[in-house]
Amino acid sequence: MRLILALALFFAAFSAHADVTIPHLDIGQGGHCVNDPKFMRMNHGDLLKHQRTITVHQGIRGGRYSLERCVNCHASKKNNSVLGTNQNFCQGCHVYAAVKIDCFECHSSRPESTAELESDKHE
Amino acid sequence: MSDMDSDRRQFIGRSSALVAGLTLAPGMMLYDLAHGRPVGEPASSKVRWGMLIDTTKCESGCDECVKACNKENGLPGGTGPTDEQWIRKVQLTDLKTGKKTSLPMMCQHCAEPPCVDVCPTGASFKRVDGIVLVDRHLCIGCRYCMMACPYKARSFVHEPLHDQKPDVPRGKGTVESCTLCVQRVDRGETTACAEACEKAGHKAILFGDLNDPDSEISKRIRQVASIRLRDDLGLDTGLHYEGL
Repeated sequence: MRLILALALFFAAFSAHADVTIPHLDIGQGGHCVNDPKFMRMNHGDLLKHQRTITVHQGIRGGRYSLERCVNCHASKKNNSVLGTNQNFCQGCHVYAAVKIDCFECHSSRPESTAELESDKHE
Repeated sequence: MSDMDSDRRQFIGRSSALVAGLTLAPGMMLYDLAHGRPVGEPASSKVRWGMLIDTTKCESGCDECVKACNKENGLPGGTGPTDEQWIRKVQLTDLKTGKKTSLPMMCQHCAEPPCVDVCPTGASFKRVDGIVLVDRHLCIGCRYCMMACPYKARSFVHEPLHDQKPDVPRGKGTVESCTLCVQRVDRGETTACAEACEKAGHKAILFGDLNDPDSEISKRIRQVASIRLRDDLGLDTGLHYEGL
């Protein structure tokens, strides 16, 4: 009887764990990132903030941690964006962590070449 | 100017003429003079970007510069009171003589910008090379700068935007104005409006470095009579107008 209870508890705990839905991200092109993914997961916000100041105020473009570079590699091949669904690179993780993301109210969420094509279509 | 100073200037003039002479073949040079600074190097305070606008060449009814600006920066192109306009074409008529003048009006890129003075967050700033910009990360949309600008050069973004250009991020709730095509300048190119004006055959907009005595713009400003709009305000603008 005790064994059955222990087993039941074990499976209950296991299935409860399986309920936590870790985001399955579509990382786009992927490959070798500018830093270790674990480090990037923790620090990308600070890196981007530092880079933006250098870019806007000093005019140094194409930096190692530029947002444009993130988007160029990590836009999904399906919808050509880092936003859109909960599988997309930026949106997926930010929804999971419940952190509001406001970069893309101003910045383009598509890679450079395709964003140009889109804007030409609207003309 | 002292004799020593003028000797120095002549020397600089001669040596740069020498550099320009290092031509391997037509259109091919040892030094690429027009090229931008190397990647990773910040904007330099030795440079001051500016423009000379020849109003005698600016054609009334032509808005190629405005169209090029809209395309380059992803602006919608409306001219209503709440639409973003970085360049406006202005028609002037002298009431006494009837003389008509057409000219483009935009941010004058002041050396002493009032918009920077009044900004409560430090979002409105002047880059070391003289370009006056808004850091939208810091802008809270209070619009003090719009009130302070004597040239009505700034616009406020009222509506949410989509599909912005990757090089020109813009968004609701922030103020914006002519950036002197800073994304192009950083690549070593000229502004979109100057390029379009030349393509249209008018060549009314000359863009260049005001600090370099040998640049085309500096030479022209030395030769012809040009004025700066509302020079009485002492803002030391980077834009010069010829024929006004």
